Amino acid sequence: MDHWWQKDISGCGLSGIINWDGKRISGAVIKKSVALMHDRGNGQGGGFAAYGIYPEHKDHYALHIMFTEEPGKPTRDFDDAMKETEAYLDRALAVDLAEDIPVRVTEKVPSHPLLRRYFVKVKQGSLKGTNMTEDDYIVSAVMHINDKIDNAFVFSSGRNMGAFKGVGFPEDIADFFMLENYEGHTWTAHNRFPTNTQGWWGGAHPFTLLDWSIVHNGEISSYGINKRYLEMFGYKLALLTDTEVVTYMFDLLVRRQGLPISAACMAVAAPFWKDIDRMEESEREACEAIRMVYGPALLNGPFAILFGHGKGLIGMNDRIKLRPFIAATKGKTVYMASEESAIREICPEPKEVWAPRAGHPVVVEMGKGIV
Amino acid sequence: MNRTMPPEFRVKIDQEKCRKCKRCLMSCSFGVYSFADRVIPDSNKCVACNRCVVMCPEDAITIHESPNVYKDHPNWPLSIRKNVWKQAETGGVLLTGMGNDRPYPIIFDHLVVDACQVTNPSIDPLREPMELRTFLGRKPDKLEMEMVGGKPRLKEKLPQNIKLEIPVIFAPMSFGAISLNAHKSLAMAAKESGTVYGTGEGGLHEELYDYGPWTIVQCASGRFGVHSEYLNAGVAVEIKIGQGAKPGIGGHLPGEKIGAEISRTRMIPVGTDALSPAPHHDIYSIEDLRQLIYAIKEATGYKPVSVKIACVHNVAAIATGIVRAGADIVYLDGFKGGTGAAPTQIRDHVGIPIELALAAVDDRLRQEGIRNQASIVAAGGIRSSADAVKAIALGADACAIGTAALLAMGCSLCQKCYTGNCAWGICTQKPELTRRLDPEWGAMRLNNLLRAWGHEIKEFLGALGVNSVESLRGSRERLRGVGLDAQTLDILGVKPAGR
Repeated sequence: MDHWWQKDISGCGLSGIINWDGKRISGAVIKKSVALMHDRGNGQGGGFAAYGIYPEHKDHYALHIMFTEEPGKPTRDFDDAMKETEAYLDRALAVDLAEDIPVRVTEKVPSHPLLRRYFVKVKQGSLKGTNMTEDDYIVSAVMHINDKIDNAFVFSSGRNMGAFKGVGFPEDIADFFMLENYEGHTWTAHNRFPTNTQGWWGGAHPFTLLDWSIVHNGEISSYGINKRYLEMFGYKLALLTDTEVVTYMFDLLVRRQGLPISAACMAVAAPFWKDIDRMEESEREACEAIRMVYGPALLNGPFAILFGHGKGLIGMNDRIKLRPFIAATKGKTVYMASEESAIREICPEPKEVWAPRAGHPVVVEMGKGIV
Repeated sequence: MNRTMPPEFRVKIDQEKCRKCKRCLMSCSFGVYSFADRVIPDSNKCVACNRCVVMCPEDAITIHESPNVYKDHPNWPLSIRKNVWKQAETGGVLLTGMGNDRPYPIIFDHLVVDACQVTNPSIDPLREPMELRTFLGRKPDKLEMEMVGGKPRLKEKLPQNIKLEIPVIFAPMSFGAISLNAHKSLAMAAKESGTVYGTGEGGLHEELYDYGPWTIVQCASGRFGVHSEYLNAGVAVEIKIGQGAKPGIGGHLPGEKIGAEISRTRMIPVGTDALSPAPHHDIYSIEDLRQLIYAIKEATGYKPVSVKIACVHNVAAIATGIVRAGADIVYLDGFKGGTGAAPTQIRDHVGIPIELALAAVDDRLRQEGIRNQASIVAAGGIRSSADAVKAIALGADACAIGTAALLAMGCSLCQKCYTGNCAWGICTQKPELTRRLDPEWGAMRLNNLLRAWGHEIKEFLGALGVNSVESLRGSRERLRGVGLDAQTLDILGVKPAGR
């Protein structure tokens, strides 16, 4: 067993927008919001997740892949990594479009990996004789590339969505990826302040798996047990970041175990016993069971997270609100950010602004609004 | 008297201070004192239990290490020479009480705990909620639930679990090994503190049935006092396979301790020896254990079944088998665990430390994906809240304390439990001694101890920046080793300090 891993620690700023009516918003808007919180990062990582940006390929899984140095793996010619990856993709999946991710090189982002995107589908017959779903199949392909192909890293794999991230301040990363050219109904943004300098593009946030993206500000003080719990279910935690743990935890609870998302939120930011003891019987019994069974899934310590999943956006705080987190609404748009100023920067007169209660998620669903 | 045995201690009476009240004569249950115009101590009989020192109103008694010296020999310390002398005299097996007293490394003392600085905040337990509530028993792999009107609802009920308000329970010690008043103290304290105590293998005295919700009843190889009402009296049933102090060894409660109360409780005649066989004679293999586990579950409406084992070399594989056999709790008793009586050589040389056993078992159950199917209770050498915190971080759901509980009730660790002369009224059945322990006083002391440990555990959690004990449980990342070799660290799953 490897006990020598070193956890990656970082503080952060985050911002998110969702129009639950499906109206698409330019990437320039989220850039403006997160740029205001420039000082919450230190130039070591910025990133965005955008939903609804590929309507012309909405049935394809959009794989965003970077070919670059990877920590703990030998470095080789990135073209070789690309060729090996593309050969694998051709074997494993139906690739309908392969292209470079358009970028604008500026002095703010002096160097960057080879960045490609592939719009793929699962080949007919691939699932025959297995009990896998298409999603499971894509997850295994992503895990294969990230684990087995040196210098290739899939940083986004959902449908009609994409992650854009790198080493730099988020506003510079937005300019680099020309996000003003994308329009999405949901955006999240992240400004990173790692305590260690890693300088690895894959280490920036958001962290994504299929349609799911997580941006996160915090440090999970229970990381050790959360990691061991996930390992019991076969997850390999390669990045050693809190965000990775948060993403996999939701994947386990919601996708694999089928918990309702609100119940999963209750597992990761559990209500206190003093409150559970006062609930009416059936709710008390359910909450008690969540805490008994999912105690190792409790994310303890300071955090604010934005969890995008294609059909909505969830924002939440840890159970005693140790990190800032503000929400606001105007019309059919909901804003969530680390700082109120980052919301007012792009929505000067919100209808409602509030600080969500500790451990109580703000759940926005497409077509429904805040539920 | 055995003239080759040098006294261990020297009792000195300050005759100027002594008022000749003779309280020391009444206090000493080992016959040290006699009176002829003045108090005369016979140091040969002194066990340094310190009862007389505490009871003397004039502070006139002091007990010293014997000043007699023998020529030093590193290979033959006096303790070993004495064992040889004793056996040359008696031809018997050396007996002792309490836990292993050999100077093995104490791994707990080589583990240090993390705390938050800057990147995550520590939490003040006096101002914020800090949760220690713990459930022992089987948990399903996942929950089947639905949301009804925004509220979660369970589709399937959970198996029965034992609810604890503090992750520390009282280790099983039988009525027979300890007195009824000691049992009463433990039962009352368990109720007051929201934890449980174990009956040990001697049955449950009729006066203690009211404390059932805070009791784990035991079924050991002697099956003393086991009947249907007894099995259903507690919140769980424990099958005792082994004990950390004497792995592989049975028990022997001598007939002189079997008075009317013990006779009735254990369902054996007055004055007969109560012999517990080394193995259960209906458990010669793991599949036999499974049968007993399910027989008990059927008899009790599926209360949790705990299986207590001594930590031995293959403890991880054994524990896995126990969980697969249907146990809901695995109780691991390390080789520092206490006993009322054990052969000295067995106590001191058989078994492995709880820290390593616990780490190995927790790892193995996780590797097999069955960690949620059973809780782990760690026992055998838990001396403080710090030990408890470290054990929980290594993977224990809860810790059990035996020796620490006895100390709270007055025990001074003289290690003469097997003589039946306990001057503190704990480990004896002599009425004139057992009445020295007032159950209410004993319970108060035990409650104080748990309250103090509870506060301390909360301080640890707060410093770690977590507000619930399940976020510490198994979180070995929050431990570091100091002065441990690489292999030990590997088994513990703990990094060395500085990494």
